[in-house]
Amino acid sequence: MVVFEKTKGLTDNQLHYCPGCTHGIIHRLVAEALEELGVLGKTVGVASVGCSVFSYNYFNCDMVQAAHGRAPAVATGVKRANPDNVVFTYQGDGDLAAIGTAETVHSAARNENITVIFVNNAIYGMTGGQMAPTTLPSQVTQTSPYGRDVTVFGYPVKVCEMLSQVDGATYLERVAVNNVKNIKKAKKAILKAFKNQIEGKGFSLIEVLSTCPTNWGLNPKDALKWLDENMETYYPLGVYKDKYKEEEK
Amino acid sequence: MAEKVLMKGNEALAEAAIMAGCKYYFGYPITPQTEVAAYMAKRMPKIGGTFLQAESEVAAINMVIGVASCGKRVMTSSSSPGISLKSEGISYLAGCELPALIVNVQRGGPGLGGIQPSQSDYFQATKGGGHGDYKLIVLAPASVQEMVSLTFKGFDLADKYRMTSMILADGTMGQMMEPVSLDLGEVKEYAKPWATTGTANHEGRNIINSLSLSPAQLEEWNKSRYERYAIVERDEVMYEEFMMEDAEICVVAFGIAARISKNAIMEARKKGVKVGMIRPITLWPFPKDALKKAAAKVKSFLSVELNMGQMIDDVKLAIDCSKPVYLCNRTGGVLMSPDEVVAKIDEIQKGEAKAW
Repeated sequence: MVVFEKTKGLTDNQLHYCPGCTHGIIHRLVAEALEELGVLGKTVGVASVGCSVFSYNYFNCDMVQAAHGRAPAVATGVKRANPDNVVFTYQGDGDLAAIGTAETVHSAARNENITVIFVNNAIYGMTGGQMAPTTLPSQVTQTSPYGRDVTVFGYPVKVCEMLSQVDGATYLERVAVNNVKNIKKAKKAILKAFKNQIEGKGFSLIEVLSTCPTNWGLNPKDALKWLDENMETYYPLGVYKDKYKEEEK
Repeated sequence: MAEKVLMKGNEALAEAAIMAGCKYYFGYPITPQTEVAAYMAKRMPKIGGTFLQAESEVAAINMVIGVASCGKRVMTSSSSPGISLKSEGISYLAGCELPALIVNVQRGGPGLGGIQPSQSDYFQATKGGGHGDYKLIVLAPASVQEMVSLTFKGFDLADKYRMTSMILADGTMGQMMEPVSLDLGEVKEYAKPWATTGTANHEGRNIINSLSLSPAQLEEWNKSRYERYAIVERDEVMYEEFMMEDAEICVVAFGIAARISKNAIMEARKKGVKVGMIRPITLWPFPKDALKKAAAKVKSFLSVELNMGQMIDDVKLAIDCSKPVYLCNRTGGVLMSPDEVVAKIDEIQKGEAKAW
């Protein structure tokens, strides 16, 4: 009896992510959602720059690799050209909340009918652990070696909170993948984000709190704990906007 | 003969794009090309197309990348500072081998520069602009009619070679009105099996990508792209020869500078000076052979440009510096008068001009 099967939404390519990194889980959740919704054959994903740059090797659908921060603009073009395709971006925090802030805000403002998977691990992973727009106050990184001093580097950007003020955005939820319960919730959120698109409801963004054991300098288990104790307090989980639920009220 | 209509350059270009099958336009306002966006805003909804005013030039060019990835004809337009912003995306278009059309209605630079006509983005258009080894097909219209015909041609060449074409116009071409024929012929369709339309619609997975961490592979990609560029250089060069049969001085000029030069050449001819002109229509590929051939006959060349001297380098390279090359130029948004060109021709004739 098969109790667990690998989703058809992922290719057989071996992931390049570091041991203990939760990108793998998030990839699987996205892939499973696309498979379960039966839309893999008409999905176009947009890869970003950062650790997930190679996601085009893993998602078993057509993919476009975008420049740093520009994935929502590229996805806008893809979706406008082929409104029947399911279009998603998969972006990290540096990509989405620093260099690509304008593209993020404005694709939300246009209520672009796309799904954005935003992986927030509070650090730049690919380049070796520099301060991210989402790095926590006092968090030590390669470019904040004495801890993020908010008087010098400013405060972390809370993307879901910020976008909840954007009228265009349809659905915003922050989830985490540090335990089974949270992973199940994350899956549900990602499914909803894709369903929204299929139903033509517009811009959905799921922010997924993720770990970076390598650059946090923690073992995978402690990294999960650090996420729970530090990130979740600064970035509370939950639904930040659900336009259709609001309308139902 | 087809009926002619009086149109402004920018609007004629926009209509030609639509006639070429372009249903997607992404732009951002900037003088002196804003009429293109305004025209598209009016027309696109009427033909079931997409007009989108992006949040920035950067976003606009990346939206172009998205549509181009899906294999559909798409364009953006801007003016000099905006093209600088688009240059990252233009490099990605080249790296991803995506067909698209980019219009640069040039204004004076550098920096914010001015809003008057200029040709000072010649280097940017023909030598790169963005990072990496790549070329654009660069088309330089010298009339509103050519704003139309070269836009149509630009889309065709882009599809044919999986390259990005650029219309390198200037504020004068964009703003002036001339009678034009919009009888452009059939749009040729090209198969695009590489387009990201979903795996249900084609064999295997299609991936649009410019990344390779393998130097050997990246070198291979660049080399194979340059093999295609070599075909473009062989087959797609366009230029106009004007009064070259007996010419002793060969003016080289494009766009509005060529229009001004034509008047100057007629004036000079009245005085008995044998002047002709080679007008590059494709700035890349550059009409090297035509210039080389001319070099065997003429005594000197005169590059007439609205910049501090950019194309003149290519003129010298094309003729292997075998004849003296002179420069007549204005910059910063100032147009030269035909008289200034005539004066330069006189200087050359009298041996008083200093070669570049």
